[in-house]
Amino acid sequence: MAVSDTTTAPIRRHRPSNARSILGLTGPAYLWLVITILLPLAAMFYFSFLSDVPLPGRDWQVTLSNYTAFFQQDFYRTLMLRSLRLGFEVALWCFVIGFPCAYVLAKTIKGRWREALFLMVIIPFWSNALIRVFSWTMVLRGNGILERFLDWLIPGFGSLNLMFTYEAVVIGLVHSYLPYMILTCYISLSTIDDDLIDAARSMGASRLTVLRRIILPLSMPGIVAGAVLIFVPVIGSFMEPRILGGREGTFLGTVIEDQFTSVFNWPLGAALSFILLACVMVIFAVFQPILRRAS
Amino acid sequence: MASVTVSHVSKSFGDFQALSDVSIEFADGGFYALLGPSGSGKTTLLRQIAGFSFPDSGEIRIGGEAVESVPVEKRNIGMMFQNYALFPNMSVFDNVAFGLMVRDTPRSEIKARVGEALELVRLSGYDERKPHQLSGGQRQRVALARAIVFRPQVLLLDEPLSALDKALRLGMQVELKRIQREVGITTIFVTHDQEEALTLSDKVGVLKDGKLLQEGTPRELYERPRTAFAATFLGDANLFNGIADDGELALADGTRLRTLEPLARSGRMTCAVRPEKIAIVEDSAQLSSDSNVLEAELEQTIFAGNSLSYLLRHGDTSLRVFAQNRAAADLQPGQRVRLAWCSADTIPVEA
Ligand SMILES: Nc1ncnc2c1ncn2[C@@H]1O[C@H](COP(=O)(O)OP(=O)(O)OP(=O)(O)O)[C@@H](O)[C@H]1O
Ligand SMILES: [Mg+2]
Repeated sequence: MAVSDTTTAPIRRHRPSNARSILGLTGPAYLWLVITILLPLAAMFYFSFLSDVPLPGRDWQVTLSNYTAFFQQDFYRTLMLRSLRLGFEVALWCFVIGFPCAYVLAKTIKGRWREALFLMVIIPFWSNALIRVFSWTMVLRGNGILERFLDWLIPGFGSLNLMFTYEAVVIGLVHSYLPYMILTCYISLSTIDDDLIDAARSMGASRLTVLRRIILPLSMPGIVAGAVLIFVPVIGSFMEPRILGGREGTFLGTVIEDQFTSVFNWPLGAALSFILLACVMVIFAVFQPILRRAS
Repeated sequence: MASVTVSHVSKSFGDFQALSDVSIEFADGGFYALLGPSGSGKTTLLRQIAGFSFPDSGEIRIGGEAVESVPVEKRNIGMMFQNYALFPNMSVFDNVAFGLMVRDTPRSEIKARVGEALELVRLSGYDERKPHQLSGGQRQRVALARAIVFRPQVLLLDEPLSALDKALRLGMQVELKRIQREVGITTIFVTHDQEEALTLSDKVGVLKDGKLLQEGTPRELYERPRTAFAATFLGDANLFNGIADDGELALADGTRLRTLEPLARSGRMTCAVRPEKIAIVEDSAQLSSDSNVLEAELEQTIFAGNSLSYLLRHGDTSLRVFAQNRAAADLQPGQRVRLAWCSADTIPVEA
């Protein structure tokens, strides 16, 4: 008995210090998050219930009108749907383009070439977002680089009229957010053992079957992570829609930005932001079972 | 079904030569064991045969057709990977069913055959588990079931039973042999267990440093190893170094050993003698004229249940002698004993 006591006692004494070390390790990060995100967010949440910006000389009271405005005017709901659709489409295109790219990077290319190609994926990340978007205007505008190129390829091609359209916004956003999808897919693809693919092939599976039954299911965590990382910022985006969308580029994100920068109606902007946030949460809650199964 | 012909295959990874000029004929319906130390190129050879990667030079034919000319999924090869390569996202049932499913086998037949295969590897009732919920040995058996369930024409097994306990392993060996014989699958299997290699296979090949050292029936390989390495890798062997003189092997102390056939070469030679071929005999015992006799000092006796090993010393050579428990004499360490064996059991080998 005495022997077993001495062996179990240190383990028992060990446990609380384990909890303490978890607290010690995560504590600073949470403190940082509370100070930098939660506090300002709480202030914004408070603003969203005011009738005007709480500045001296302004008349303001607590109200729900900012929220009811969203439900009373079709305009906002249409915008919300438009933004959600934009989020889905951009995430989808990022997947369609990014997944094959990540697959090639993770499974086909080896050694130095992989590093070089990786760099090409990352470099857009390093350039200034504004510059990236404006360079797209050079490409997409009438008689721009794209049209001239197509005209050179097929003489008499005519005009695409891409600039200031919904499509232009999608193109710009896909370009901006593609690296997220490539990186998350690359990570989950590179954890797939090549032997699994060989094994499946040797058992008689075609490439398509291997993709459908082995590779896609096993890389689902990366795909989902990438899609979430893209979807959330895209539905609130305002820069790309403004610059590339022109008049067609009105989304919830641009309207919210207007409230803060030009209309100076912070309470409405805040309320719209929180409605957007709630919407995202509802979507994730609804898809939760699928997301969980995927990862 | 199909024979597999490997001719002059070489494969290197960077500067490292993993296979050099390997030629093996795997007979149709045969059971071939590949033996060799770790890193000798066994897995590499299996991968070339399966066509997962292609040799730098040389050719592999399955049933007369070059491996490269048939896409992987059309080759009908069952490969069991050394690391099992189970699909982590699928249940045990789906893993085993995979090969049947992609062949559009009817559902009822899939169910029956997967059930049969799982029963064979003693894993009935584990259908719904995921690979990560299995023990190492269970995973290995799922991998085995998965490789055999669709009755491939060639079965490549990379250490199929290495993680199993002895009882289970013996059971699996019997089953493996039975299916192989019934279906006539050309089977190539890698093993580190020499006993398994000798009992199961009808042909054995020994690989070392990417080269095929020797191949033959288990009996040939065991009784007539050509190199000291093959003699010691496959079973135990006593090695005697000496000088060939007048057709006999002269040891340093002057003892002369006769071999099966008089030695043709002269100069330094090595001969191997299996420990169980040597008997400890009484001084007075009458020996036939073709016996080799050697004096040695007993150093240690190792008791192993049904048998005994004697560790002895003759000059600076250590020797090992096996005796059945029934026949064992009671000997003391330090005692000088007389060893005798038939000259036909003295095998000249390359050092
Ligand atoms: N992809 C690779 N790149 C570089 N070297 C490799 C590669 N695959 C195998 N090798 C090398 O080739 C040699 C043979 O490897 P192989 O896997 O065939 O050995 P093995 O005989 O199966 O060994 P074990 O019994 O340990 O499984 C090893 O030295 C290994 O390091
Ligand atoms: Mg191996």
